Amino acid sequence: MRASGMVLLAAAQGGTQVVPARAQMAATLGFHIILACFGIALPSIVLLAEFIGLRRHNETALLLARRWSQAMGVLIAVGAVTGTVLSFELGLLWPGLMRQYGSVLGVPFGVEGLFFFLEAIFAGIYLWGWRRLPGWAHWWSGVPIAVSGIFGAMAVIAVNSWMNTPGGFTEVDGQITSVNVWQVFFSRSAIYEMPHMILAAYMVAGFGVASVYAVGILRGRRDRYHYTGFALGFVPAAVLTPFQIFVGDTAARAIAHDQPVKFAAMEYVARTSRQVPEWLGGAYVNGHIYAGIKIPYMDSLLVGFGPGTKVIGWDSVPPADRPPVVWLIHLAFDVMVGLGSLLLLVGLWAAWTWWRRRRWPRPRVFWALGAVSGLAAVVAMECGWVVTEEGRQPWVVYGLQTTAQAATTNGGILTSLSIVVVGYGVLGAATIAILLMLSRRWRRDDRDDASVPYGPPRAGVDRPASHVES
Amino acid sequence: MAEAVGAILLAGITLYAVLGGADFGGGLWDLLAGTTARGRAPRELIDESITPVWEANHVWLIFDLVIFWTAFPHAFASVMTALALPIWLALAGIVLRGAGFAFRKEITRLGQQRAAGAAFAFSSLLTPFFMGTVVGAIATGAVPANASHASLAAWTSPTALLTGFLFVAACGYLAAVYLVVEAGRRGDRPMRAYFTRRAQGAAVAAGGLSLAALFEVQNSDPAFFNRLTGRALPLVVLAGVCGLAVFTLLTAGRTKGIRAIAALGVAAVIWAWGVAQYPVLLPGTGVTLTNAGATQATFVALVVVAVAAVILVVPSFALLYALQGRRVLGGGE
Repeated sequence: MRASGMVLLAAAQGGTQVVPARAQMAATLGFHIILACFGIALPSIVLLAEFIGLRRHNETALLLARRWSQAMGVLIAVGAVTGTVLSFELGLLWPGLMRQYGSVLGVPFGVEGLFFFLEAIFAGIYLWGWRRLPGWAHWWSGVPIAVSGIFGAMAVIAVNSWMNTPGGFTEVDGQITSVNVWQVFFSRSAIYEMPHMILAAYMVAGFGVASVYAVGILRGRRDRYHYTGFALGFVPAAVLTPFQIFVGDTAARAIAHDQPVKFAAMEYVARTSRQVPEWLGGAYVNGHIYAGIKIPYMDSLLVGFGPGTKVIGWDSVPPADRPPVVWLIHLAFDVMVGLGSLLLLVGLWAAWTWWRRRRWPRPRVFWALGAVSGLAAVVAMECGWVVTEEGRQPWVVYGLQTTAQAATTNGGILTSLSIVVVGYGVLGAATIAILLMLSRRWRRDDRDDASVPYGPPRAGVDRPASHVES
Repeated sequence: MAEAVGAILLAGITLYAVLGGADFGGGLWDLLAGTTARGRAPRELIDESITPVWEANHVWLIFDLVIFWTAFPHAFASVMTALALPIWLALAGIVLRGAGFAFRKEITRLGQQRAAGAAFAFSSLLTPFFMGTVVGAIATGAVPANASHASLAAWTSPTALLTGFLFVAACGYLAAVYLVVEAGRRGDRPMRAYFTRRAQGAAVAAGGLSLAALFEVQNSDPAFFNRLTGRALPLVVLAGVCGLAVFTLLTAGRTKGIRAIAALGVAAVIWAWGVAQYPVLLPGTGVTLTNAGATQATFVALVVVAVAAVILVVPSFALLYALQGRRVLGGGE
């Protein structure tokens, strides 16, 4: 399971319930966030396909939109239930957090609830209205899903941003005495966290869709259907990638100010100093960095555009207030940036070939990269979550409440963790199996559609007319 | 303001019960529909009735949860700690129900369809049961103000278990009544008769369990019983009248307005609980609507969210149900 690394690392940190609780949160969030990405962004891609299909009378695009919405139905259902698990886990695993700050961070969740309603209601109409709603009416019924996906994501990320840069409330003797809803919703880090995650969702969904058709093209299915499917996912994702890199770069610079200890862990800055080098890769063990590539002055340059820029190190806080596993944060950050840059290059390759030759690149390497682009986007997005969550430790609400204070005092979390790991493993496998099964069924349908009108009847397809009515 | 948010929460719970509860009830009848051949017609009707709406109905649960932890965080934390086990089990049921139902639609092989269908149907039975034990445990004052560990005794008292069974019966009752009307609208006489029998059976079961719970509460928690039969008496009577009316109308074969009466009956039970408990959130403790950890600004924000829900969500729901009622949504011809 993708979260097993996080599980082991969390286990290495010691503590009692906080370790299995964090592992379980990591596993369930790491699983759900992939489905959330598809929930946020896939409706837009499906609507794009349907729009092109309706506007240009493009039957291929319409067929793709119809099939994708069938897959979307499965993904939204699994996403709805795994999202419910996370909502309950906030109370079941982190009652300390909810007892103290529930009335503050709950307000953005309430706003999210509104958009979740609209998403689910219009998904019911869009997904099941293909047959009887007229073309453009059906298209419009999907627009609220795409819009509320974006606003709902903003509301949820508002909570995570607030945990990173809490504000908008006053606390007297451990009691919340006033709340400024606007400041809670738009905390300092919300400005960069919101676009960063929404763009990530579009990249995961876009490259994810493109991957499916790149695999088909690699296997020799070089037809209009596969190229259209690839383009509808790849083009939006590739166009958004440079914006994502810009937002990410801005975010990193802002984190150097807003959460300097997290930034120090991301970049291996042990001591506050100037002329700080940038480390690419490398493992930090007992004060030494092994196997890393050092670029002198680069970190200072990135933070303040000059080699003399002072960068705050993790020595600025006592050891107990530092994230426990800095090498994980640093490597996850590097993997995220590296994969993002790779995806940028793949997009630039396609853009270059299109500009010069008005066609897709021919080399198999391009299609192989396209085939793994979805996985790369997922891994990059998961690494981003590792950076922001691990980097905030030992705090759950930065500087105010530790994760240990928030954790449940109930035993048995190791049991629920084991059940979750096994259960989600089965759930993930079943979801993938169903999507593969749909794909096989569609391919079979395509072959049937292509059957010649006067050919010999195929067993099981053509039946005598007298039996058709029964 | 705290009272207004308390009313919003109770309204949200009511809507989840009469809308989401019926979806669980559908799963219950799917479970009891018998062998593949015999159960085909009822399962098809259930599937078509639930498909486009269950996810939207499910959101009421999330909405209620969010209102609960935002407006009454101290009570929320104690409930989630003391009643962790039944809540985990209900949660497992929610996952299995949703995934099983969604998967069954896409699978074509019979064996796998049965497995997914069993997951959907069986968890439709478990989830309301455990939710019922949670509500029963809260109502009987089994949750302390500062709970630090889970308690098995809290939700296995006779009242809590009876409430669990009552939830299952009420879900089955609502689903059967809704399906009677749905079958009638399709002109499907056999299915109409089929679900009429089941609705009547479930009505008897739910009524019996309600009375049993009342008698149990009279012995175990006289104070709560006195409030139920005191200031909440009109609601208790209303619930009983609605149940009898539905039963009588079903016997007479009349279905006009029957769904609303059935839903009103269930709503009256929930509001009777709320009125009997008011203003205490966790009976037996000093935790009330006003001192459970939230501020005035939070209450105002939640009222604004609720108003926005009425403006945005209610018309959307109306559209969804109207389209479903006209059979615009779905794959069948």
